[in-house]
Amino acid sequence: MASPSETAKPSPHVALFVTCLVDLMRPSVGFAAIKLLEQAGCRVSVPEAQTCCGQPAYNSGAKADAQAIAKAVMKTFAGFDYIVAPSGSCAGMLRLHYPEMFAGDAAMEAEARAFAPRVYELTSFLVDVLGWKDVGTTHAGSATYHDSCSSLRELGVKAQPRRLLAEVAGLDLRESKEAETCCGFGGLFCVKYPEISERIVDKKVDDALATGAGTLLAGDLGCLLNIAGRLKRRGSPMKVRHVAEVLAGSEGAPIGEDSSVR
Amino acid sequence: MESTARSFKENAHHALGDARLTEALARLAHGFPARRRDAAARLPEFDQLRDAARDIKDHVLDNLDVYLDRFEKQVIASGGRVHWCRDAVEARDAILKICQAADARTVTKSKSMIGEEIAINDHLEAHAIVPVETDLGEYIIQLRHEPPSHLIAPAIHLSMDQVADAFRAHHTDLDPARPLVEPRALLDEARTRLRERFLKADVGLTGANMLIAETGSIVIVTNEGNADLTCSLPRVHIALASIEKIVPTLEDAATILRVLARSATGQEISVYTTFVTGPRRADDADGPEEFHVVLLDNGRSALLGSEFHEMLRCIRCGACLNHCPVYGAVGGHAYGWVYSGPMGAVLVPGLIGLPEAQHLPNASTLCGRCESVCPMRIPLPKMLRHWRERQHATHESPAIARAALKVWSFLARHPALYRAVFGLGVSFLASLGRRKGRFRWLPFAGGWTSVRDLPAPEARSFLLQWRQRNPGTRT
Repeated sequence: MASPSETAKPSPHVALFVTCLVDLMRPSVGFAAIKLLEQAGCRVSVPEAQTCCGQPAYNSGAKADAQAIAKAVMKTFAGFDYIVAPSGSCAGMLRLHYPEMFAGDAAMEAEARAFAPRVYELTSFLVDVLGWKDVGTTHAGSATYHDSCSSLRELGVKAQPRRLLAEVAGLDLRESKEAETCCGFGGLFCVKYPEISERIVDKKVDDALATGAGTLLAGDLGCLLNIAGRLKRRGSPMKVRHVAEVLAGSEGAPIGEDSSVR
Repeated sequence: MESTARSFKENAHHALGDARLTEALARLAHGFPARRRDAAARLPEFDQLRDAARDIKDHVLDNLDVYLDRFEKQVIASGGRVHWCRDAVEARDAILKICQAADARTVTKSKSMIGEEIAINDHLEAHAIVPVETDLGEYIIQLRHEPPSHLIAPAIHLSMDQVADAFRAHHTDLDPARPLVEPRALLDEARTRLRERFLKADVGLTGANMLIAETGSIVIVTNEGNADLTCSLPRVHIALASIEKIVPTLEDAATILRVLARSATGQEISVYTTFVTGPRRADDADGPEEFHVVLLDNGRSALLGSEFHEMLRCIRCGACLNHCPVYGAVGGHAYGWVYSGPMGAVLVPGLIGLPEAQHLPNASTLCGRCESVCPMRIPLPKMLRHWRERQHATHESPAIARAALKVWSFLARHPALYRAVFGLGVSFLASLGRRKGRFRWLPFAGGWTSVRDLPAPEARSFLLQWRQRNPGTRT
């Protein structure tokens, strides 16, 4: 993780890797990310040729497909100071798994290794690289934060979102006991083994509800869709949002709810 | 042991419906991880020890032939014998021959996962030799004719009343009025029964946590002391171990012991840690007349140098099981063979074949918690992915999934087409789901909607909106 002292440019040129799930399911997270990055002094571009990081292929064992997608991603995102994603899972894919998947192909591995250090998860970029915390938004109510597995264990993202959330006026952040435990999403795992996924997400939901918080936050849309989907199936009123939405003061409906619910 | 790994999904379904198992797994999840965390926190050099332990085993695996050879020489020099066994059949035969040569009628056993691997109990019984498990958990599941469900806590899936029921069913002379409610009462009952067995046994069969090349010693770690009685009371001691259990020196064994118990149970060290070198010597007060080491390969040498090489560092502490959300949901039996949890999902396909164990590498969220707690720093998620790569390469994964992946991957590399297809789909779903904000059911989404609602897409896709808002810019 870079320290704030590494920030050289006053206005770094950041490419937003919007991620396929945010692009398709929750565009407001993408706009929230842009708002935050711009507030923090970045010049933000959105390369239009982007689609997905290739993780579904990689984790399904389709390595050649994953490599082809990785090559396209690295080409699309060449030339920026940083590549930032509102997802630890996708950022981890670009940062850790791209170099790993090209092991044995010296030229590509070198390219991936040169590419990787410029990739960041959103909250860690704001805190670790920019040293930014002038959040300045208000969110009345209580929330609990779920650590996504990739953010936490691949990228060491733990304190960063909490540090930013601490700056949100009116927000009462409550730690759950099992914040670091997987929510049972696991990409295609959740549709291949739905019963097991159900048991795991039920534990996650029980743990979050035990905090008494009104909202669950996380930095990865995969987890959020899974947790929100299970909460709604159980008829729970707990709201679910991406952390960027709260930090940027997005006003849209919580995930999985109609726009009359705020 | 017969595998039911192919029926993982059915096994898991059954496990998820078992309320007592669910309770037992909840106890496990609240116990072991916290104790491991506290033990690691009490030892500032814990992570350096993990590195050192990893390096020891890496070195051994790179020089396995040398150390195995050295180990055998030292065993012979101390008066013992080594039996090299390629597979389960050879190992079973070797053990049976030793038992028959000793005219054995009863064999006491301390816990051995290799014993499960080669199903030694069934083999001995088939030849009129009675095997008696002496680890409390193993004893209970032997009565119930079950395999262990956890590396270090074989009966973790059971409640105390199930244990009491097993005792009442098998200890037929047990006074029905005697209460068997307290753990202490259960323990005393088992201890009384086992004491007779220890004294009558002709052969003691133990596992081995490590084999030390420099001395020809074996190391056995228990919390009950049963292995000590098993290896010192009978006339013959057989230690059963797989080839990767070797370490070069006593010093190396000590390093691994320092991470083993902490990772397993959160103890600084197990209650009993026993080093056995050869049979009874002339000036020894007790001990067996014969000492045999049955060394099993059973597919391990084929993993050497493969992408699963690092799995051979495993010391069977169970930390990966204790921290695994999937193991925590379904328990050990669902995995269908000897080993379960993340280490089982990596090792079992290597030992019984990928087609039989096809589900195991897939039934993981790749959450990475196993790797984060592994004392030997085994990259378990990476190796689960390697098995998936093999399935993909050999067309063992489902054809429909492969075809869908192919189409999706093509689209992902063709942004304009991707946008046309998914952008359109998302706009349609968004308008369909706008009223409720979610779907309870959607065609072709049964895997998702069988257990949870599907949040509806918010609106048109981000990139379509972005293009509309920024018509001039093209990056």
